[in-house]
Amino acid sequence: MSNYRIQGATGEWEVVIGLEVHAQVTSNAKLFSGAATAFGAEPNSQVSLIDAAMPGMLPVPNRECIRQAVRTGMAIDAQINKWSRFDRKNYFYADLPQGYQISQLYHPLVGEGSLLIDADEKAGIPEDKVIGVERIHVEQDAGKLMHDQHPAKSYVDLNRSGVALMEIVSRPDMRSPAEAGAYVRKLRAILRYVGSCDGNMEEGSMRADVNVSVRRPGDEFGTRTETKNVNSVRFVMQTIEHEAVRQVELLEAGGTVVQETRLFDPGTGTTRSMRSKEDAHDYRYFPDPDLLPLELDDSFIDECRASLPELPDAKRKRYIGDLGLSAYNAAVLTAEVETARWFETLLAETASAQGKPEADVAKQAANWLISDLFGALNKAGHDLENSPVSAAAGAELLALVGKGTISGSISKQVLETMIATGDAPTLIVDREGLKQESDSGAIEAAVDTILANNADKVEQYRGGKEALFGFFVGQTMKAMQGKANPQVVNEVLKAKLG
Amino acid sequence: MSVTRETVAKIAKLARISMDEQELDRMVPEFNSILDWVEQLGEVDTSGVEPMTAVMPQALRLRADQVNADPLTGGGIRDRVLANAPDAEHGFFAVPKVIE
Repeated sequence: MSNYRIQGATGEWEVVIGLEVHAQVTSNAKLFSGAATAFGAEPNSQVSLIDAAMPGMLPVPNRECIRQAVRTGMAIDAQINKWSRFDRKNYFYADLPQGYQISQLYHPLVGEGSLLIDADEKAGIPEDKVIGVERIHVEQDAGKLMHDQHPAKSYVDLNRSGVALMEIVSRPDMRSPAEAGAYVRKLRAILRYVGSCDGNMEEGSMRADVNVSVRRPGDEFGTRTETKNVNSVRFVMQTIEHEAVRQVELLEAGGTVVQETRLFDPGTGTTRSMRSKEDAHDYRYFPDPDLLPLELDDSFIDECRASLPELPDAKRKRYIGDLGLSAYNAAVLTAEVETARWFETLLAETASAQGKPEADVAKQAANWLISDLFGALNKAGHDLENSPVSAAAGAELLALVGKGTISGSISKQVLETMIATGDAPTLIVDREGLKQESDSGAIEAAVDTILANNADKVEQYRGGKEALFGFFVGQTMKAMQGKANPQVVNEVLKAKLG
Repeated sequence: MSVTRETVAKIAKLARISMDEQELDRMVPEFNSILDWVEQLGEVDTSGVEPMTAVMPQALRLRADQVNADPLTGGGIRDRVLANAPDAEHGFFAVPKVIE
């Protein structure tokens, strides 16, 4: 259980949170028409006669949108409804030319499922916190309104009108802003693994309606408010923090929480009432007579299941169990689908370059990716997506270290040159003469000089001050410009000091 | 089932249809007679009968995820889409300012 509590004047309050996430389905064409969905096109250039609601046009659902919603449902272990139906949600607004949104109220495509959020001890999220998902239904997005282009007019762009959305409705199972943030992050990761939504919150591909109520711990649920269209994880958490405190103050002052729709203001981090007309929510839903019920056959469902990738939880378990990675490394590598993909290419290339099984080189590859590559890319202002170093080049570098051609510390220097020049590691090592010296003759000569110059320290070492061993190693490496094979250095030193 | 004058007024408002008092007076009995007529269907016992969605058994057809495969249901027709708009500027529909 989360211990997140609001400390009121009259005692402790618990926060109850449910989220409705709208995720734009990744598809070429819209949910019911053949118009394109690409972001950022010229206004109204991706609008068909269906999306503009011209009389007589009939909707025909896009198979890919249905498929992606079903695959998403499968990824959260949800019930897939082989029989579902579209309903009309009726309201008037300038961004909705039909006068109704085609949605699914009574018979959604996807039923009950659940999602495990990632544990976070510091944030009070335990290992086994599961958030229930009530349903996923498919619906049309609305158009976009611009109010600031003309003093007396609003401009309407219908490019987004009719684009497919999945509305993913959680149970009120979250009890802290951190849990809600972890839920959105995990949901986003799963959508991106599945490939059903790009999860780009800045472009509005994913946005959340945040339902918040407060209660005395153990009491019945309180009255909730719904804050609409919150478009980042941080803003979701801020909305909850602000809204919970506002409700507690209201209740403790003897007031009541009104069930209403609110807006989040990112500038102030606060929410405010939308003050809509009292009957604005009278949507008069009814089955859309333009559309027959949606019936899925077994082969459709089988294909959806067969095309699901390995999901983040399973991948993390496999990285720990089969590859022997630490829990931390496994979590870092699986958090984003691109990172996992990059790592797996690197791992395969590394294993083949060194002629070893993947499990034998997994730790080396994981540590290098997380400590060396991430650090060096970050320093150079790149990220993995536009990395000048390919996974194959990374594997080549690791093979040089694995074979003892260069030392681990020299490999960091080579990596920086790879990022700056894009050159292959073997080429850089040859060009800059960075090959590691494994010839014990040269190393012995260097060690002899150092021991002769530090006779006092040699005495102390032999007298029991064993920590000085590191000093001798350091001096030898320095004398050999970092190119001595550390293993040979250790052996030579041990023999000569022993 | 019967509706009151208030219900009719509310439905007219939701549908953005303006009605004066006389029209409301006339509409209330009209509404009720339509509802009464349809309500006759309630006399049939339909328990255990699946709702029918089509006279001929047929399934919902799905379209392929292809952009502008059919010019009638594709985009890239901004001029045609805007042709009947009372007002359009810079490629947008222009409507009286709407702000929440």
